[in-house]
Amino acid sequence: MAGNNKGFRILANTVMIILVLGCLMPFILLIMASVTDEATLTLYGYSFFPQKFNLQAYDYLFKAVGKIARAYGVTIFVTLVGTVLNVTMTMFMAYMLSKPDLPGRNLLSFFIFFTMLFSGGMVPSYIVWSQYMRVNDSLLALILPNLALGVYNVILMRTYFTTNVPREILEAAEMDSCSELGMLFRIVIPLSKPMISTVALFAALAYWNDWVNGLYYLTRRSDLYSIQNVLNSMMNNVQFLKENSLDAASAQITTQIPTSGVRMAIAVISVVPIMIIYPFFQKAFIKGIVIGGVKG
Amino acid sequence: MTSKTVGRTGVKKTLRRRFRKYIPLYLCALPGIIYLIINNYLPMGGLILAFKKYSFAKGIVQSPWNGLDNFSYLFGSKWAGIMFRNTIGYNMAFILLGMLIAISVAILLNEVRRKSAKQLYQTTILIPHLVSTVLIGYLVYAFLSATNGLVNKGILEPLGMEGIQWYTEAKYWPFILIFVQMWRGFGFQSIVYYATIIGFDKTYYEAAVVDGATNWQQITRITLPMLKPTVIILTIMAMGRMFASDFGLFYQVPQNSGLLYSATTTIDTFVYRTLMQDHDVGRSLAAGFLQSVLGFGVVLLTNALVRKTEPESSLF
Repeated sequence: MAGNNKGFRILANTVMIILVLGCLMPFILLIMASVTDEATLTLYGYSFFPQKFNLQAYDYLFKAVGKIARAYGVTIFVTLVGTVLNVTMTMFMAYMLSKPDLPGRNLLSFFIFFTMLFSGGMVPSYIVWSQYMRVNDSLLALILPNLALGVYNVILMRTYFTTNVPREILEAAEMDSCSELGMLFRIVIPLSKPMISTVALFAALAYWNDWVNGLYYLTRRSDLYSIQNVLNSMMNNVQFLKENSLDAASAQITTQIPTSGVRMAIAVISVVPIMIIYPFFQKAFIKGIVIGGVKG
Repeated sequence: MTSKTVGRTGVKKTLRRRFRKYIPLYLCALPGIIYLIINNYLPMGGLILAFKKYSFAKGIVQSPWNGLDNFSYLFGSKWAGIMFRNTIGYNMAFILLGMLIAISVAILLNEVRRKSAKQLYQTTILIPHLVSTVLIGYLVYAFLSATNGLVNKGILEPLGMEGIQWYTEAKYWPFILIFVQMWRGFGFQSIVYYATIIGFDKTYYEAAVVDGATNWQQITRITLPMLKPTVIILTIMAMGRMFASDFGLFYQVPQNSGLLYSATTTIDTFVYRTLMQDHDVGRSLAAGFLQSVLGFGVVLLTNALVRKTEPESSLF
């Protein structure tokens, strides 16, 4: 393509390497912060090269495993159930809309599409889910509000179904008196695996990373916190102490805020699963960004 | 096309028969439809609460009307002005800077020849996009904590300078927030532009090389002009979200610190604070109403703009 100039290529590589390091460095600092000895920390602060390593934080995590393991379990459960729910609903809606001769298709398309243009916003949404649906202080609060169906994904998947599943195959199946649902499971889904897995991937990431639902709806049940909610509430407690300038040491005992190393260690283990599986799904991830990006 | 010819010549189905044939599909899609009614349409109806005095006991329908009281109450507070200024100001900075950085990175990425290097760069610059805003809050804290942060302890103090109380000084936060947003979002946007660039017809570049064009000339004369439609579309689309803000970025990253509110209050953080912390439903309803209605307005406006410049890219 472009580029007949070696100097330019070197410049491009240099800038990209700097950006790559810039993306990774904060994570390295976080990991280092989680293994820094507390005494070293008070003297020198967080550092890329701590003078004294200490795995106490992780040791503590494995011993005091209860609360963290529970939150981890909540995150995994919510991510699994939410993703299955999201993909199933998305698929059925997209398949219905992909039928060109479906009665009421235009009306249904508009019904779905309009939610992308106009939204009631957070307050009415909160009132509906907490006052009318009564999901607060239950696991449903982490699964249902806002995350269970992405309208944009429905539209992307419908387009995928109509363009990537050859109509001839569907017509042949209809001749063989295959039912509409039979076609979905035997033809459309097997031919649309890349799209379905991309939607599943983004749904799973959204559930894994969500903390807003917990913040709004789990006001009395901190035992249902996901790992993100635990991280959030620990940080809030630290900030609260600082703003009220309580004695940090005694406050730490009374409010049971874990030490800085433990907090950083929890942050590390919250992101480890994503980093481990990222190399396997990065192709689908990049593809999803490209499909969704231009119209997203 | 095909469906029409089939409909005319082949099995001609009446509306009723088609409807009956598709009943299983309607039923399977029903949970999704019900979900949208609850999650999206009921809250739209709930917007009328902005003109009511909401009482949790009486609910949406029974709560008494109170005209524009919520709005005059909202604008009686200094935060109304601040939240609009911040929301719009940050969005404009994000759009402009984000576009500049993303296009530059996309062009540079396109100059990289080795496939493995290209792959590595693409994969890594997307990592910040994978993690939650809570985690980003922790990353920022590791740098900016007044007592332990890398910036104070590792850079400023060794240089003989006074450490800075980052979480209590609002004046630094416009820069910090813009920096964090760029850090986390540039990879995503760059990939979108990069995907557009690799779709360009390569013969333009080959011809340019034959004519002795430098790299810089290839960028300014070929790549940038050809990117123009994409830039326009993405910018207009981003403008459609002018009144939205990422709650996590403005709440979580500054750790909801009260002393930073003047720099960190956007419509979304204001709505959260008034609703969940101050239990001041009226103000938060009024602010949310304005966000929804103004947001709808700019979406319609930007779509009209897209339709003028690039008809096939418009949403409707």
